[in-house]
Amino acid sequence: MKKVYVNEKWCLGCHLCEYNCAFANSGLNDMAKLKGRTILPNIRVEENDKICFAVNCRHCDDPICVKSCIAGALSKSPEGVVEINKNKCVGCLTCVLVCPFGCVLPDENGIIGKCELCTKNSFGEPACVKGCPNNAIVFEER
Amino acid sequence: MGINYIYPEFEVIRDTARCIACRVCERQCANEVHRFDAELGMMTADDSKCVDCHRCVSLCPTRALHIEKSRHTFRENANWTSDKITEIYRQAGTGGVLLSSMGNPQNIPVYWDKMLINASQVTNPPIDPLREPMETKTTLGAKPKKIERDNAGRIIDNRSPRLTLSTPIMFSAMSYGSISYNAHESLARAARELGIYYNTGEGGLHRDFYEYGPNTIVQVASGRFGVHKEYLETAAAIEIKMGQGAKPGIGGHLPGTKIVGDVSATRMIPEGSDAISPAPHHDIYSIEDLRQLVFSLKEATNYKKPIIVKIAAVHNIAAIASGIARSGADMIAIDGFRGGTGAAPTRIRDNVGIPIELALASVDTRLREEGIRGDVSLLAAGSIRCASDVVKAIALGADACYIGTGALIALGCHVCRTCHTGKCNWGIATQREDLVKRLNPDIGSQRLVNLIKAWDHEIKEIMGGMGINSIEALRGNRLMLRGIGLTEKELEILGIMHAGE
Amino acid sequence: MKYVIIGNSAAAVGCIEGIRQKDEFGQITVISSEKYHTYSRPLISYLLCGKTDIEKMKYRAADFYEKNKCKCLFGVSVVKINKDEKTVTLSDGETIPYDKLLVATGSHPFIPTMRGLESVKNKFTFMSLDDALSLEKALNKNSHVLIIGAGLIGLKCAEGIYGRCKSITVVDLADKVMPSVLDCESSAIVKKHIEEKGIKFILSDSVDEFKDGSAILKSGKKVDFDIVVVAVGVRPNTSLISDCGGEVRRGIAVDDTCKTTLDDIYAAGDCTESHDITTDSYKILALLPNAYMQGETAGINMAGGNKSFTNAVPMNSIGFFGLHIITAGSYEGEEYVVSDGKNYKKLITKDGLLKGYILVGDVIRAGIYTSLIREQMKLDSLDFESLKKNPSMTAMNESYRKLKLSGISQS
Repeated sequence: MKKVYVNEKWCLGCHLCEYNCAFANSGLNDMAKLKGRTILPNIRVEENDKICFAVNCRHCDDPICVKSCIAGALSKSPEGVVEINKNKCVGCLTCVLVCPFGCVLPDENGIIGKCELCTKNSFGEPACVKGCPNNAIVFEER
Repeated sequence: MGINYIYPEFEVIRDTARCIACRVCERQCANEVHRFDAELGMMTADDSKCVDCHRCVSLCPTRALHIEKSRHTFRENANWTSDKITEIYRQAGTGGVLLSSMGNPQNIPVYWDKMLINASQVTNPPIDPLREPMETKTTLGAKPKKIERDNAGRIIDNRSPRLTLSTPIMFSAMSYGSISYNAHESLARAARELGIYYNTGEGGLHRDFYEYGPNTIVQVASGRFGVHKEYLETAAAIEIKMGQGAKPGIGGHLPGTKIVGDVSATRMIPEGSDAISPAPHHDIYSIEDLRQLVFSLKEATNYKKPIIVKIAAVHNIAAIASGIARSGADMIAIDGFRGGTGAAPTRIRDNVGIPIELALASVDTRLREEGIRGDVSLLAAGSIRCASDVVKAIALGADACYIGTGALIALGCHVCRTCHTGKCNWGIATQREDLVKRLNPDIGSQRLVNLIKAWDHEIKEIMGGMGINSIEALRGNRLMLRGIGLTEKELEILGIMHAGE
Repeated sequence: MKYVIIGNSAAAVGCIEGIRQKDEFGQITVISSEKYHTYSRPLISYLLCGKTDIEKMKYRAADFYEKNKCKCLFGVSVVKINKDEKTVTLSDGETIPYDKLLVATGSHPFIPTMRGLESVKNKFTFMSLDDALSLEKALNKNSHVLIIGAGLIGLKCAEGIYGRCKSITVVDLADKVMPSVLDCESSAIVKKHIEEKGIKFILSDSVDEFKDGSAILKSGKKVDFDIVVVAVGVRPNTSLISDCGGEVRRGIAVDDTCKTTLDDIYAAGDCTESHDITTDSYKILALLPNAYMQGETAGINMAGGNKSFTNAVPMNSIGFFGLHIITAGSYEGEEYVVSDGKNYKKLITKDGLLKGYILVGDVIRAGIYTSLIREQMKLDSLDFESLKKNPSMTAMNESYRKLKLSGISQS
């Protein structure tokens, strides 16, 4: 399946992906309406003085978060997307306990928000990738 | 610190209703214009540092930013313009030579814009390039004077070394050092994909790019930086740089701050030392001397590589070119005074040299008159901005064009003319690792390929309109051009008639 | 192929999904004494506090059995495994044949002997949906609830009923809350947080006798109550295996493929022992993720596949009134502790490996630590100094990052 992959070499640490993600999943019609909000994007830029790159859900072939979810709220779609049913999630954070990439994070309501490759919002393809100025993240088969 | 006489040239205009304080502008500005003010809870800007490069504008996700020219003025004066006054303030403050980058921005006639192209009507009908064959393939090098045959009557291949281009455009000399590794990689990859050539400039050739050798022209300049046997052998052609359009009469100058790491290794000079090319080649004081260098290079490469001699367009250009054509060179590159540079003294850039259009026309005319036009190919450089400029140059007599600034613009350059600061926000004219990274050659090379393909389409369209189906038939075909608003003298030099004639 | 699964919780579901990865058509029979669609047991406290409902508690979608072509026998229990005949005998007398059998019988609450407990009318355990529903029925605004046990179950129960009764008192023999997973300092932070809600703790004490609606503690203290919840621990349901000669230690003994010592009989979940890689010892890891992974492993192997489950570690993620606690591994080794009285972090290293950790409060990205433990990553191959401060992928070495983030393996 197509996944979001990191090209560490080209990440500029601009953090645009975080804002594009937050906007894509906000349901807003203009990014300017994010003004004043604390964003909780599903992709996060990690950086130190040497390297930077953006990390989001790897949509693992064998996702330990899905296996560990005590509520049955995480599942893998037939296409391979690891999805969250926010209705079922109780915010126990067992997925936070097990995700080896630290890619599931609680949202403002304390339940889990995660990357679903923009399959459930109006973008249809990962907004982070589309907005990346330097191909530091790509959406492709590998 | 006394009085600051210099008022900021630009104003950063931020639409606070749209700014979401994502701080992308702050992270992306190497000039440190933008800053998040925690006390105010909003972004602020220091206009005085802004160079109008648009990096922030282009990356702002909410389109909350734009840059305006400051409305602050001096009292209007057609003689003492604000530029002249400000430059005096600057020099009175520093005592230094003013430095500039990119091509001459002065309002001096652009002859491309004063020439119009012909099209066929009724007789000799136009050609539709989508339906009929149209050739933009171009071969550069000396043309054989006659066909020779052996005893069996077979044609002897007496052609001299040459370059074959898919379209008559090449990337002009920009050194590794003046532009970044990634800019070089973008040019090299695009040249290979397009079947054209790029030029190393005088900074040597990075080991990583040897694989692009068949599409590389290497330069030998007065500083001889990075020149060695393997360098010459790797290339498809060798260019002797005698001069450059942006700064005729002086040598290249790369400040020591840009001579870091691989740049220093590639140039074969110590890190941090200024790379100052002498104004002259110290071994060339005559055409005879030039001929020696031309043949030294030919000898060194077994007479397999064509030799290009690049000169700046100056007053006596026709005579100089005539001499070069007799020196054994295979091509002459003429760089007009609007040609770009990574750094040049402002006064020289803005006042020395002549426009490429006039230089090209007079050289072509002179070589024809002397019957030696076929001995060399002519390469026109110095602000070729679009496909119609290429067509006009070829009609004036060029075999092909070099583009430098145009290629950099395709890579993202916004012509802010601050290359010499080394803080190019677009990752082009910089050696700062964090900035170089901003130009991903995957994207850069693709954009260059797109640009040249687009121009090639346009060239074919224009040629088709004239009823011409090959570059060969367009070259020197000045009947296809008419001047507009030009004096008799200008028309005479250009060798064209006025519109309506 | 006939698969029979005894049990209907995480291990059973894991087994069904494991079988179906390999065998689309084999006949699966699921036998459960509970009459419910598979539900998540750990959610019963969330049910009581209204964060979920019975419909949402379903561990898998309503059409789960249908989609996976499972025959369900709910409301009956297995009384005997006839390993020679390869059948199981049900409580209603029926026998069901199997080719491969999974025992996922789980555990039952342990109720210690306490004098007078038999006289208490409203006494409950807190493990199953029925436990939660009957507790809810007995509960009212004026109830005084006594919870015996300050472990995960007892405290989760307290949170579940918080606000629906007059008072909650938690008694435990240990001197701290959640003694099995927290150290003293982190336990104190958690205790203080829960106490601030008005829940009372009596620690290092236990019930001596229940008498006339009061509990008399060993210390002599008297606690009035009208509902008591016993949550001191659980015991694995192992008798089906021991009765037919299979090896049972603390729990049912299984190998890496989750097979018991008996042919064609597998076991998974809270009834089994796991190999804890952080201590190299066998213990019961009564955790839902562990149960699922064991069940899936068993299922794949039952269906002819080849799968080993070799990196079990103890781990917990739990929260009380907005305070999150995540722990994993074992706590013997060199300690690195950061605490500000509200957020607590302890990392335990030994032999160049991360062995365990305790996080209270700020638990974000804890999984990066967990993966260090589960994958037994050598700390000298990464930037552990920066990892100590913040779990981050930047601290991992380049080849690991390339593999995990870019999908590129360098061989």
